[in-house]
Order: sequence, then C-alpha cells, then structure tokens
Amino acid sequence: MSIPLEKRPGRVAYVNARLIDPASGLDRHGALLTDGERIADFGARLFNDGVPEGIKSVDCKGASLAPGLVDMRVQLREPGEEHKETIETGSRAAAAGGVAAMVCLPNTDPVIDDVAGVEFIARRAREVKLVKVYCHASVTQGIEGKQLAEIGLLKEAGALAFSDGLRAVADPLVMRRALSYARGFDALIIQHPEDPGLAAGGAMNEGEVATRLGLAGIPAAAEVIMVERDLRLVELTGGRYHASHVSTADALDAIRKAKERGLPVSCDTAPHYFTLDETAVGDYRTFAKVSPPLRSTADREALIEGVADGTIDAIASDHAPHDQDSKRQPFAQAEAGIIGLETLLPLALALHHKKKIKLAALLAPLTSRPADLLGLATGRLAKGAAADLVIFDPDRRWTVEESEFRSKSKNSPFAGMELRGRVLRTIVDGRSVFVDGA
Amino acid sequence: MVANAPSPSLRFPHRHLLGIQGLSAGEITLLLDLAEGYVEQSRQADKKSAVLRGRTLINLFFENSTRTRTSFELAGKRLGGDVINMQAQASSIKKGETLIDTAMTLNAMHPDVLVVRHSDSGAVKLLSDKVNCSVINAGDGSHEHPTQALLDALTIRRRKGRIRGLTIAICGDILHSRVARSNFLLLNAMGAKLRVVAPPTLLPGSIRAFGVEPYYDMKSGLKGVDVIMMLRLQTERMHGSFVPSIREYFHFFGLDYAKLALAKPDAMIMHPGPMNRGVEIDSEVADDIGRSAIHEQVEMGVAVRMACLDILMRRNMPSNAPANGNGDRNGNGAAARPARARPARGKAKR
Repeated sequence: MSIPLEKRPGRVAYVNARLIDPASGLDRHGALLTDGERIADFGARLFNDGVPEGIKSVDCKGASLAPGLVDMRVQLREPGEEHKETIETGSRAAAAGGVAAMVCLPNTDPVIDDVAGVEFIARRAREVKLVKVYCHASVTQGIEGKQLAEIGLLKEAGALAFSDGLRAVADPLVMRRALSYARGFDALIIQHPEDPGLAAGGAMNEGEVATRLGLAGIPAAAEVIMVERDLRLVELTGGRYHASHVSTADALDAIRKAKERGLPVSCDTAPHYFTLDETAVGDYRTFAKVSPPLRSTADREALIEGVADGTIDAIASDHAPHDQDSKRQPFAQAEAGIIGLETLLPLALALHHKKKIKLAALLAPLTSRPADLLGLATGRLAKGAAADLVIFDPDRRWTVEESEFRSKSKNSPFAGMELRGRVLRTIVDGRSVFVDGA
Repeated sequence: MVANAPSPSLRFPHRHLLGIQGLSAGEITLLLDLAEGYVEQSRQADKKSAVLRGRTLINLFFENSTRTRTSFELAGKRLGGDVINMQAQASSIKKGETLIDTAMTLNAMHPDVLVVRHSDSGAVKLLSDKVNCSVINAGDGSHEHPTQALLDALTIRRRKGRIRGLTIAICGDILHSRVARSNFLLLNAMGAKLRVVAPPTLLPGSIRAFGVEPYYDMKSGLKGVDVIMMLRLQTERMHGSFVPSIREYFHFFGLDYAKLALAKPDAMIMHPGPMNRGVEIDSEVADDIGRSAIHEQVEMGVAVRMACLDILMRRNMPSNAPANGNGDRNGNGAAARPARARPARGKAKR
C-alpha cells in the first residue's frame, strides 16, 4: 500500500477487497474500478481474470472497502481561530480518519450566517483539495438566537443545514419560526439540545461523580426538556429537525417515539458518548470535558442500543479542536470539546467488535444515512457515484499516539488507548488523499 | 344616473357591512353591478348625485390611512352626503376615552354611516353593536376589509369578464392580512380557484380550511394563474422574526418579471397598496400598465364604496335594524358557504 498521492486520477482497480455498501447491505469479496472521479464498476466477479493493461491496480489484501465516511458535525475553527485548527489541518485529519466528506459548524469568527461565509468555506475547500468540506449555516443571525438567518439564500449558496453551533435555539418562538420557515425551503434545522437555563454554570453531568468532585452539574433533563419541547414544535410546524450529539437515554427515547409517530426527526451522537461515561472525568481531566457532558453508564448503553436499532441516524465525530491554553484550566473554566476525526472509525468499530452490530449496519450512520439527511450525493457504492471511498482493516490494533494526530489540536481523551480498526487509504473523487504509512 | 338603480326585487338585508362573511354571492354581485354605474359617474365632469343628500357620514379611523379614508370621503361627497373625517390621533381617544364611549358620543350626533378602521380585530363589530346607524368596516386588525375585497373583485371582473373559474394567487403576508381573509371569502363565493404563496411563517396553520391551496414557492404557486395579488409585508403587525431579511424576501417572494413569466401571459397584477417597491414587488412590474391593475383598483375603490353607501342608505330606513353581524335578519346569514358548495367550480385538478 505505498502508492503515492495522485494528482489526476485515472482508472484504478481496487482488487481483493471486502466490498461493503451500507445503503444496499452489500458485504462480499470483490473488486471496484474507479474512472476519474466516479465509481465505474464493482462486484464479486470484476477483474476475476486479472486487471487489464492500462489500469492501475491496488491490492487491498482482503481489507474492507466502503464508502468514505460522511461526518456531519465538525468544527474547523477557520475563520477566526486558526491557531486551533484550519480547513487544511482539519482536512488532513479527516483524510487520515477515512472521512471523505465533512460538514463544519458556523460558530466561527465571523459566524457563517451570510452567503459570503458559505462561499469562503467552499473556496478554502477547493484550495486545500483533500476531502470534501461543506458547512452548516447558522439558524439565527450571529447565532444570537433572535433574528432568523437568510435560510433560503444560504441554502442556495450551498449550506447543507442550519445550526447555531454550540448554542441551543433557546427561545421557543424563534425555534418555531425557524422550523416553519425552513420547511418552505425543505431545510434541516439542527439543534444543540440543551436548555441553557438548566445547563448554566454546569461543567459535567449532574450526579454522584460531579458531587464528589465538587463540580456544578448539568442534569440529563436539560437535554430531555429541549428535545421534548422541540418535538412539539416539529409537530406544530412540520419542519425537519435534527438533534445533534444526543447523550441521554431519555432524549433518545423521545426521538424514537417521535419517529414512530412519523415526525420528520433525526439525530446523531458522537463516539465519546457511547465509548466513555462521566467517570472518564476522573481526576478533573479536562480532555473529558465536552458539551453535552459525558453521561451515566445507563445513558451510554442506551446510545449503543440506539445505534443498533437505527434510532441514531448518524455518528458524527463532533470534532472540537482546542489548544493547550483552552484545556489547561481548572475544570470548570476549561473549554469543552474533543478532537474526533482521527478516532471516529475505530471507536465506532468497537460496537461491531463488542456489541455484534454488523459491519454494514454500523457503517450506515457513518456514510449513507448522514449523506441522505444532508442531500449529499455520496456515501454509497454505486456505478456513476462519486469515488469517495475508505479502505480499512477492521481488526488491526493500534495505539493512539498524540504526536501522530494530523489535527492542529491534540485534545483527545483516547490518546494512549489501544483501538481496533485502522484506516489504510482514503479516496476522494478518485484521488487517494491518505495512504497509511505513505 | 339611471343605470345605478338596482332592481327593487334584489334585497340587501344588512344594516352594516362588517365583512364579506355573511354576504351571499347574489349580494356580492348586486354590489358589483351597482358599482359599475358609479364607475361611469366618477368619470363624468359632474360627479355629484343626490343619493346621500342630507345624510352624514363619519370616517372614524383609529389607524393611519390615506387611500381608504380619501376613497370613502370622495364616495360620500360624490353621493351628495356630508362627510366628516376623524383621526384617532387628534381625537379624545388620545385622552383616554374608550372605544365604546367614543361610539356613544358619535351616536348622539345622529350620523347615518360610520366608516371605521381599527387596529384590533373585532373592534368595528364591537362599535357597531353600540350605535343606531350603519357601520362599514374599513379594516379591523387582521380580520376583514370588505370594501377592498369588493373593489378587487370589481377590478378582476372588468378586466377578465368573470371571476368564476379564474385561478388567483394571493402572495405574501397572508398571516397578518385582512385583505386576504376578505378575499378568500369573496373569491371563493364567486367560484374562483384560490392559491396562497408565502413562506410558511406567513401562512396560518389552518390555511386549507379557507378553501385555498398553499404554496411555499412562487415558481409552482404562480404557474398558470390568471391573477396575481401581491400583499404588503406588514412589519407593523409582526412580533419577532417572520422572515430573515428584505433581501431574502424579495429574492424568493418578490414579484419580478422572472417570476411573472410563470403565470399566464395575460395574468394581471394587483396590490391593495401601499406598495413597498423592492420588497414584495419589483418597481418595473408595478408600473407595467399592460399587466398592473394597481391604479385601476384605486379607481374601483371609490365606485365600490359609493355602491356600499348607496345600498346601506337605501335600506336603512330607521327602526328595522337588528344589530347582529352584518345585521342579517336571521342572525348570521348563510355566509359564503352555499356558493362555495356549487359543483361547477371547474374541472381543474392539480
């Protein structure tokens, strides 16, 4: 696997691969041919008689070949906080994590609440030209929670969905109007589901651990109340609603019931919420400070169940880079956030290894399902589809080394941990943008 | 003006004109026919007749208005009546008098017609219950504006020759519009096919109950329509953010030539005024005399109001007036429902 990074993709045959397409449930040995930026063909019998002359051949040696991951929630800190991350460093981290397409939040400086902001992200993505970078635009102007942003113009300009970043759209009237207005444009409203009043001053999950540490808690109810309120507003308006990084069993249950009633509702969670619980805060480890906070063991188990039964539509990294100064603080004052692009796939794969979720089913919330939510023409193996692919070995064990992160920031509670599942190659529009060990 | 005389067999059993609600298709037609004659009268050098001789009309406007007040004033004067204008700003309302006290005070002066505009829905009805004279609703809150709907209907009928079977799109701030509500009732009663086009934030949730088809974008909403009625964005009635910006509103919902091209080639453009150029309508489109009926609407406004004053005064022989709704003899009338239930509303199904 030592093919150098290519500039212009020609025809490439990926042979001896385990082809996995979550959208169709395909999981079998075979080969895949890319021609330029597209998938030309794939299947069990393709290249059984060898790869013809003139086609470059990549032997996958039995590794899995799946659609490139679609990460619907990352913070890239550009513009405004380029000392923490840039679109370029974030793109490198994404490529190393098998992420072919990612969507950044609008909580930059300036906020992405106008067409110029959306166009800036698109231009930077073209210049960097590694993975596909899209953005969500803000729901409200300046993410102040008051006046609606220009949802129609922003969607026309390419904003995939609308989110006020780490702030909840708190005012119920504003949320009602946002959902209602967005419906006219079939736009998706993404909520940070946390009641700001209940969460005010809190540093971690409310409970025994917080009490022992003497830290102010954020009750699970802060999330449940906001989700339940929003579901009422969805019922009232018919607007499409997505709850991001769901962390509690009760909020997940409310969403499950809303889906059963046919409401246009979806949700995602991040790997740290089903991998860790509040005990990870341990001795005031600020790398385990995240918003919403890591919850109880019961919540963690419920999230795994949510992935297994499909209630959770997407697993997003919730990549939140922070420099050392932001984390080397008393716990209450430290910034919340975990970098996640480079650990997204192996942390998710743990659910396959330990919880017996089938590989194709586990990859769906990492590929086709978020792509469908956002209207992206990627995330599946299909003839003529964009050649956005990831080749990975689901079983290879490796230890997360802080020094190996491509991200500009290193705030990961998983550093030093042995994970199972390694990205070998990431292909975007037919170009290999990451090759392990290259 | 012989042509004005309606056939004596057609009755108009209402003391007030508080809304289109409660008027039958026949009564609406009667008013429009009568107004036709007044269009002619208003185009003469001598515009005056004596229908309202000796009668007193008070324009009582609790909300700013130039167009409607002037229109009623002219209508009253052309019919030979005595017209007084009262603006709430200059009246005792400012000094703290209640609406009902104002009504009682004016009532004591024996007016024959009160023309009332108020920013609160239902205020005109409240006032009408307390006076002995006829009351015409010149717009109450977001409820009704019956003479506007009548003048719109007259304008359409004169340009298109009919109302039945036409497809009419009412676009913009439906939620706050009394013009839209009156037009739903009237145009449905007269057999038009109605659409509304607006962002969902400016549409009432129960919009389909009004017999209209909602659209969220102009492209599909204007396709193949005969009449486009633009409404003003009523920022003064808005609490909070219904649309993000004027720029976005105009981009998606402002009527310009590109969007107009989706309607029928002979589609007419209407606007109840006052227009916000560059908000809900492009300046050039508004001024396109081939398409825009906006000035015609103003002209029809005077004629329709003359017809309303005429018909209320003719029947308003003192002492036979129940004070209920539009003053129907048997309570609240059959409204527009029988007309809407007619089977022959065109075969068109989208």
